[in-house]
Amino acid sequence: MRGHTLNIIFALTGLALIWSAHAGLLDNYVLTVLMFMGINVIFASSLNLVNGYMGEFSCGHAGFMCVGAYVGSLLSMALFTNSKLFGDALLPPELALPLFPLVLVAAGFAAAAFGLLVALPSFHTRDDYLAIITIAANYIIISIIENIDAIGGPRGLFGMKKTINAMGDFINAPWMFIWVVLITFVSVMILYRLVTSTCGKGIPAVCQNEVAAEIMGVNTNKVKIMAFMVSSGLAGVAGALYAHVYGYVNAQAFNILKSTEGLVMVYLGGMGSLSGVVIAAIAFTLLVEGLRFVIPFVNDLTHSLGLLPAGFEISQVWKWVIIPMILILLMQFRPEGLLGNRELTHVFPGLKKWITFK
Amino acid sequence: MPLLELENVSQRFGGLKALTDFSIALEDRELVGLIGPNGAGKTTVFNLVSGFYTPSEGRITFGGRPTRGLKPHQVTALGMARTFQNIRLWNDLSVLDNIRLAHHFRLGYGMVDAVFRTGRYGRAEQKIEREAREILETMELAEFAAEQPKNLPYGVQRRVELARALSTKPRLLLLDEPAAGLNSSDVDGLIRLIRWIYDEFKICIWMIEHQMKVVMSLCQRLMVIDFGITIARGTPREIQSNPDVIRAYLGDGAL
Ligand SMILES: Nc1ncnc2c1ncn2[C@@H]1O[C@H](COP(=O)(O)OP(=O)(O)O)[C@@H](O)[C@H]1O
Ligand SMILES: [Mg+2]
Repeated sequence: MRGHTLNIIFALTGLALIWSAHAGLLDNYVLTVLMFMGINVIFASSLNLVNGYMGEFSCGHAGFMCVGAYVGSLLSMALFTNSKLFGDALLPPELALPLFPLVLVAAGFAAAAFGLLVALPSFHTRDDYLAIITIAANYIIISIIENIDAIGGPRGLFGMKKTINAMGDFINAPWMFIWVVLITFVSVMILYRLVTSTCGKGIPAVCQNEVAAEIMGVNTNKVKIMAFMVSSGLAGVAGALYAHVYGYVNAQAFNILKSTEGLVMVYLGGMGSLSGVVIAAIAFTLLVEGLRFVIPFVNDLTHSLGLLPAGFEISQVWKWVIIPMILILLMQFRPEGLLGNRELTHVFPGLKKWITFK
Repeated sequence: MPLLELENVSQRFGGLKALTDFSIALEDRELVGLIGPNGAGKTTVFNLVSGFYTPSEGRITFGGRPTRGLKPHQVTALGMARTFQNIRLWNDLSVLDNIRLAHHFRLGYGMVDAVFRTGRYGRAEQKIEREAREILETMELAEFAAEQPKNLPYGVQRRVELARALSTKPRLLLLDEPAAGLNSSDVDGLIRLIRWIYDEFKICIWMIEHQMKVVMSLCQRLMVIDFGITIARGTPREIQSNPDVIRAYLGDGAL
């Protein structure tokens, strides 16, 4: 019953957030940041299944997010919106609300299918070699999408936001926010239930001693397929949400830099720690948002102090110096991350009253 | 019909012939030993039998069924389990999880059940947990259930590995140098434990062992290999006085 207490706390927090959003207590900026937080939580905790629990080094996770973003957007546009691309909506807009979860599920399955691009080579390839394959998979996916002109090619794709607007026309509520809160909760739940089941413990078994796993009866290939497909599938769901939050997708938003963000969150939180990575994803989102304000501030400050020549501006691009720098510092000083492979319950044993990870 | 049968099995690693024309038939409820100097090819035999290697030549049947082409987890599912010369536990999982995972090939539920926590999941996990705790109890490991194997003494790790192997409910148990690294009082305990397992679980045990005391007091019959070639077979008493065996172990000068 301990798990239930925590579920209730989460549910109440979610409801409180949704209510505040609905009541207009949270402004649009705060809502957007909260939504990216949720998406980052899904993105990072799904990556953690492969990089943390299974001990492989996937550096192309954003590729799967990209598949989900496009498939989710295309489906939602075709089904619920009048678009140049697909013509009139196939279904009445009132159905957008009840059927949106199916769009997300379809996006997840599509991304999971692309997960096979990495899962199948993983039968015979490990470590560095598999890492290279994941990078290749990331590039393959964004290149394919960029080269399909019908879905916008390098220009990207607009118009999925209308689906969310249609939900609002039907019943007035902050639907996008509600979906993100709900799906984040569901995704973390799926991962939690998977990794605490004997079935899912096959994943760390493959990581810790693959020979023993195979010889003790664990179908290691099946476990790898499961880990990679669940991981990429959830990334796809995160992608579909991301597209609908932004109202615009572009394949280049899911290149290796985005994958690196995932790595930073996983290694910040501690590989193989679900609670650690959730916390890290939240912290990371706040950090990135913080940089939006800190960078111009530092720029102005250094210029007004005369420390920098007039022609030299510190722009937002410096985010891409700072984020990889965090990774370097982490690897140098705390390679096991915030929590290592421990869960929050090990660091604060009092929490065991509420939840158990074993 | 023998439980396990190897017919003229040979194994090559590149230019090295690690095993040549190895044949044996094991019946249900036997306790058989495989001995030979280091590098003789003993572990290779177990790796072939458990499906980890595919023999270069020859035929292996388990329970009347040829195992060629089966993956190790499929062989395990047929009723074979083993321990390893160098302990191979999942060191960051708890002892209890190590035992639970031995049920992985017959979970009785799928990933979807795990995610939705269906009734089937609940019943299956309950049964797995109960059986895992039972075996820990019988193997006097209950107090270590929550520990990580890496924090346990060597002798306890060996017992955990044995408990894990038994949890798959094997008909044939392969033990690869179970006494390696144990001190002499632990070895006495191990001998009693193996005999007890043999009586209690009514299975066939095939063991590789260096320590003569262990094989001599446990095995009903022995096979000796050297450089992959079978040099003797017989009862422990016969083997002990076999000149070929003495030569293999101690060199020509010994005779
Ligand atoms: N996977 C392998 N690849 C190459 N050579 C191997 C392999 N496994 C075992 N060998 C070689 O086969 C011979 C027998 O090894 P092994 O069966 O481990 O001996 P032991 O009787 O000590 O258990 C050794 O010379 C070993 O180096
Ligand atoms: Mg050996």
